[in-house]
Amino acid sequence: MSKDLKITKGVNIPLKGKAEQLIGNADRSKVFAIKPTDFTGLFPKLHVKEGAEVKAGDPLIYSKDDNRIQWVSPVSGEVVEIERGEKRKMLSVKVLADKDISYREFPVENPSDLAREAIVKRLLDSGCWPFIRQRPYGVIASPDDTPKSIFISCVNTAPISADQDFVVHGLENEFQTGLNAIKKLTEGSVHLTVTGMSKPSDVFAKIKGVEIHKVSGPHPAGNVGVHIHHIDPVLNNKEKVWYLEPQDVIIIGRLFLEGKYNPTRVVAVTGPMVKNPRYHKLLIGSQITPVIEGQLDSDNNRYISGDVLTGSRIDKDGFLGFYDEEITVLEEGNEPEIFGWIKPGGNKFSISRSLFTWLRPQRQLPLDTSMHGEERAFVVTGEYERVFPFDIYPVQLLKSIMIEDVETMEKLGIFELAEEDMALCEVVCTSKIPVQETLRKGLDLAKQELG
Amino acid sequence: MKLLHNVIDKFEPNFEKGGKFEKLWPLFDGFKTFAMVPGHTAHSGAHIRDGIDLKRTMFTVIVALIPALIFGMWNVGYQHYLALGLAGEMSFIDNILFGAIKVLPMVVVSYGVGLAIEFAFCIYKGHQINEGYLVTGMLIPLIMPVDLPLWMLAISVVFAVVIGKEVFGGTGMNILNPALTARVFAFFAYPTYMSGDKVWINTSTREGQSVVDGYSGATALGDLATSGSTQYSAMDMFLGLIPGSVGETSVVMILIGAFILILAGIGSWQIMLSGVIGALAMGGIFNLFAEYALSPEQQAFMAVPAWQQLIMGGFAFGIVFMATDPVSAAQTAKGKIIYGFLVGFFAIMIRVFNPAYPEGIMLAILLLNVFAPLIDHYVVEGNIKRRMKRAAQLQTVNA
Repeated sequence: MSKDLKITKGVNIPLKGKAEQLIGNADRSKVFAIKPTDFTGLFPKLHVKEGAEVKAGDPLIYSKDDNRIQWVSPVSGEVVEIERGEKRKMLSVKVLADKDISYREFPVENPSDLAREAIVKRLLDSGCWPFIRQRPYGVIASPDDTPKSIFISCVNTAPISADQDFVVHGLENEFQTGLNAIKKLTEGSVHLTVTGMSKPSDVFAKIKGVEIHKVSGPHPAGNVGVHIHHIDPVLNNKEKVWYLEPQDVIIIGRLFLEGKYNPTRVVAVTGPMVKNPRYHKLLIGSQITPVIEGQLDSDNNRYISGDVLTGSRIDKDGFLGFYDEEITVLEEGNEPEIFGWIKPGGNKFSISRSLFTWLRPQRQLPLDTSMHGEERAFVVTGEYERVFPFDIYPVQLLKSIMIEDVETMEKLGIFELAEEDMALCEVVCTSKIPVQETLRKGLDLAKQELG
Repeated sequence: MKLLHNVIDKFEPNFEKGGKFEKLWPLFDGFKTFAMVPGHTAHSGAHIRDGIDLKRTMFTVIVALIPALIFGMWNVGYQHYLALGLAGEMSFIDNILFGAIKVLPMVVVSYGVGLAIEFAFCIYKGHQINEGYLVTGMLIPLIMPVDLPLWMLAISVVFAVVIGKEVFGGTGMNILNPALTARVFAFFAYPTYMSGDKVWINTSTREGQSVVDGYSGATALGDLATSGSTQYSAMDMFLGLIPGSVGETSVVMILIGAFILILAGIGSWQIMLSGVIGALAMGGIFNLFAEYALSPEQQAFMAVPAWQQLIMGGFAFGIVFMATDPVSAAQTAKGKIIYGFLVGFFAIMIRVFNPAYPEGIMLAILLLNVFAPLIDHYVVEGNIKRRMKRAAQLQTVNA
């Protein structure tokens, strides 16, 4: 039973620098890194020592709480560095890649013939399990659970993000095979959401054995959390809904088709600072230097693995994150602005019409990372609700998190949300409240107390 | 511009930790961030942010208040010369000049006293200075009678800022609208200066001038409450050519302000609209039941067409600029509609039924400010109940 969604609340931020639909041919990076910081709420333990030789698909780290969940090396080579931060927190495990990648071999099998347990085991062994995340809490799923349904959002509405129709182009076989494996994990349905705003890619349209829903509307219409909320909501912490990205379904498909862990993604290298924004085929953990080389004029930039709303800040020679399919470069907005609060508008984005940018709605803005103000107490009301298509009261929820009232958080619907769903609230906030950070605090607290 | 930047940079070390004036840091920071938006970048979460901040929001509200302020100044002069029988001889500029001489000191006192207290509190607490008072400071002179002595105004401001706001924790934390807190304080502390028919028009005379025969300084509402009729036409009331508090008289100017607020998306049109509907509802009920009134004056007042209630007194100003204060109003979408309706409803009820208070909007807004959290509570509670019900249904389906 398909259910079409028309989202009305939200906003498309007119950011400059959308990637052209071309695949670039930058060199493969030499060093790759797996960053435990990409995995919310998990404590990493090392599987290898510095100097060890690994193949692509050999485990590097595993989760302290559940040693079946592990992260594997995207390439073959030598473990050259284990980077640690404050209190010896593990930041990344770096692998120097061989010229020709040798793979750890897995059997080539048709997932439709396998039992659920066999598929779970294969996903865990091969390092593909962490692609599967769950609501509540927006964390990696537990292999002991059975979800009531699984969602795959094939729409990306975040500003200048990777076009899902483009990145899966020509990969029908991998996608269908991956889905056949995923389907075995639930007794409920697998929901595939595709764009209702243009003709969705054939890769999605021809898929079999899933429920297809069309979604349209402004961001966050493409967020999986929005789809779950409207189609099969997570109303308590006992029932889980799992979700994953289309490109990760393809990686899983490849695992079964070729017997290799080959985490290649089509990644959009975007942003107002990039001269020729376009797509590149990159492995998870690739260093970004080769793809941004010669693309930047100035140096005062912010490099982001992921999109501008939820991505994580990385260094100029940083690495592509585990879940990310964009590398975005913005200018750092760290220049003070004389009487900036009086100026008519300039190159600022606002959902409020008190800045005059709204007079030229078609213009693509070269936005920077400036806060445009300072943090204050909540004053203005009703602005979060304009960009938040959930039947949830966002400000009341945040306030309950600030006073650490877990019972109220639960009642107000925190199980349905992850940071990305409230990212726009954070963008439009007049009082510059750190919304995503606060929500994560609440999710961690709720998980700790309620399980 | 570079110069300003350099000056700020030069003095900054004195105010930082360990500097000579470390304690005055909030003050310095207040001026610094007023002069330039600091180059802070998004440190967590979303990497791009909306161009708006609280300063911009407050600034927009002040822009929306300017038409009412300018008209208020002109009207103070106009009413003054009208009372002296000189209105015909005076130009637009004369009226404005006279009004400015009366009104600007009120603005200066309001800002001076209010900001001084805010700064003192921020220095005491070591907090950054918040922008909340920028709008309050402009609202207070606009809702006071022109002849209110400045020292009374100052004391009202002190009361509003300290009791109305700071004791609750400052901007964003207050329960009552601070500007109305100032007015209600003055209203009960100095009733003879805040009501009656002597305070709305300045009738000071210079040599050779005198008040004309048959002059009455009562407002349209005052007339209606005491005698059941008023000398002012509906058009006068709409344009604002009537006596009243400085900024409240001209519905036209207030509508311009409302337009700016709604266009910018800063004022809640839901509150304004439901407030007007609430007032029309109460006015309509009074029209229907006018014949059962206890006295002929009251009967006449109740029979005033409901739409005329909207353009008299402070109703329009209150519903556009004060009921919509986001901090003291209801915060949920449904709550705003209920809140606005009740503000309008009670404003007209208090106005018509209570002879001691010829205008009801002030007390209606303050009353609903107190009830706003309760309204929100029930709206949110409804959302929670709905979610629990859905969760229970899901469980029975799956069981």
